[in-house]
Amino acid sequence: MEEQSIPIGMLLQKAAKIRAHILEMVAEAKSGHPGGSLSAVEILVSLFFYKMRHDPKRPDWPDRDRFVLSKGHAAPVLFSTLAEAGYLPTSELKTLRKINSRLQGHPDHRVPGVEFPGGSLGIGLSAAIGMALAGKVDKKDYRVYALLGDGELDEGETWEAAMAAPKFKLDNLTAIVDRNGIQQDGLTEQIMPMEPVGYKWKAFNWHVLEVDGFDFRQVIDALEKAENMRNRPTVIIAHTVKGKGVSFMEWDPAYHGKAPDKDTVRKLVKTMLEE
Amino acid sequence: MLVQLASMRDAYAEVLLELGEEDPRVVVLGADTSVSIKTSLFGDRYPERFFNVGIAEANMMGIAAGLALAGKIPFVTTYAAFVPGKCLDQIRNAIAYPNLNVKIVSSHGGLTVGPDGASHQTIEDVAAMRAIPRMHIIVPADAPSTKSLVAQACRTLGPFYIRLSRPSVPTIYSASKDVEVGKAKILKEGSDIGIIACGIMVNEAMEAAEALSKMGVSAEIVDSHTVKPLDSETIIRVAKKTGALVTAEEQNIIGGLGGAVVETVTDSYPVPVSRIGVRDTFGESGEHKELMIKYGLTSKEITRAAKHLVDSR
Ligand SMILES: Cc1ncc(C[n+]2csc(CCOP(=O)(O)OP(=O)(O)O)c2C)c(N)n1
Ligand SMILES: [Mg+2]
Repeated sequence: MEEQSIPIGMLLQKAAKIRAHILEMVAEAKSGHPGGSLSAVEILVSLFFYKMRHDPKRPDWPDRDRFVLSKGHAAPVLFSTLAEAGYLPTSELKTLRKINSRLQGHPDHRVPGVEFPGGSLGIGLSAAIGMALAGKVDKKDYRVYALLGDGELDEGETWEAAMAAPKFKLDNLTAIVDRNGIQQDGLTEQIMPMEPVGYKWKAFNWHVLEVDGFDFRQVIDALEKAENMRNRPTVIIAHTVKGKGVSFMEWDPAYHGKAPDKDTVRKLVKTMLEE
Repeated sequence: MLVQLASMRDAYAEVLLELGEEDPRVVVLGADTSVSIKTSLFGDRYPERFFNVGIAEANMMGIAAGLALAGKIPFVTTYAAFVPGKCLDQIRNAIAYPNLNVKIVSSHGGLTVGPDGASHQTIEDVAAMRAIPRMHIIVPADAPSTKSLVAQACRTLGPFYIRLSRPSVPTIYSASKDVEVGKAKILKEGSDIGIIACGIMVNEAMEAAEALSKMGVSAEIVDSHTVKPLDSETIIRVAKKTGALVTAEEQNIIGGLGGAVVETVTDSYPVPVSRIGVRDTFGESGEHKELMIKYGLTSKEITRAAKHLVDSR
């Protein structure tokens, strides 16, 4: 039904542009977190260019859907998505991490469209619950989305929040886990085993969906199912690959927080945008 | 003059290996930042005494308390942005209150962590830790003194907070200049003004002393690496000798070394004190040198404050 109307071509184009922005901005900054930015591109594109009700001209519109980037180190994917959506000029992206820029290493309220500063891992889902609760109190129909890292799930606060959301029957809240299998020191299953991750959320009374995080149809279908669910929050476990789109970054924990050099990026971007 | 730069975390990783060899009770805990801080080297050498708990600082601190209760000497290390920030309660109730032998060593303290921005720039850790009874606080100035002070902390019973900065810093201490926990170190004698510094600001203070001497001002430079318990005897002696003090630290001017010095002189020998540090504001992204200039953490600021105090006598 819905599927027919999903503009896959446009979404693919946005994703390619955003991947290019991410690489260019971290290369220019000579630091930052490309791996976990590249793994989340299709998730943010599905939200900002299809699912979410928002207006770049009115970032403080009270009825807007909210997106909380709890894994705030993925700021490059958020800033470039916001730029492509029209919240800020794309030309500003190259000021990432530079002194006197609005574009900080981790997102904050200087940038229109940023809902929450998520640099310290583990704090975003709680804040998303607060926004969702306020929506219920005010009888508003906006939805709240929170993107979490799979390493971030190590934090105890995540699970305190995971207990709270079903208690408050927050069907207006959707959590998305970027299941890329890698955190900073290495593979999640070696640093702090997270499996069976879906069962953990199920045991906490969430509506759990698992998708291929690069397949627009699957991601969007899950977002629709979350919206149609009554009285329960939904978590979407999005299976992804850290560093997606750059062969030498994929599955390499080193590219969690390392910038590729400008020459390499120039070549990568050229082939990326040609495809 | 050739300035030799060295990294505090390299020094820390090195001394951990030595301490691990010397004392089998030494164990190391990490929270998914151990490759970057290089405590993973301890893990490679002594895998059975290294515990990476994932991104879970509060749990890490509680586990350290248990290890100490069972006779171990835990070194707990991650970024200063999250320890003590994420686990102040565990530090207070599980470690300081029962006076446990836990050594908390945080890296990437202050603004100079750089482009990561304000969320990762701790400016309140020293103040927060100072207000906890029984806590020792050490802020080393360079790599060699980091090694020595960490080793001494290991051999001294009780909870320690040792705060390291990210950039490589000029080496101040050679083997001939020893450094002792609890004893402020006079690095340069002087008579007109006393400059009390800790951490990376000690080097800035040394540079300020040179600039001041060109203006005919003789500055005494003190490395107050141990912020708690403060060496109040030395501080008072310098206050009496010079009649005015400047403090310099890479943290909020509220509650850190500056606060400790002001409290000490106010109690027993009041003199004017000018505090150099972050002026109660959050930082931002930028290269560490740019940030030091923008937020007033430079030898220039120290020089200006010192000159002002001397001139207004
Ligand atoms: C509380 C906290 N501890 C440590 C860090 C440092 N850090 C930044 S990213 C990261 C790993 C995150 O892994 P994951 O959540 O899996 O993110 P992704 O793979 O999506 O990049 C760590 C440990 C932090 N930002 N916050
Ligand atoms: Mg991950």
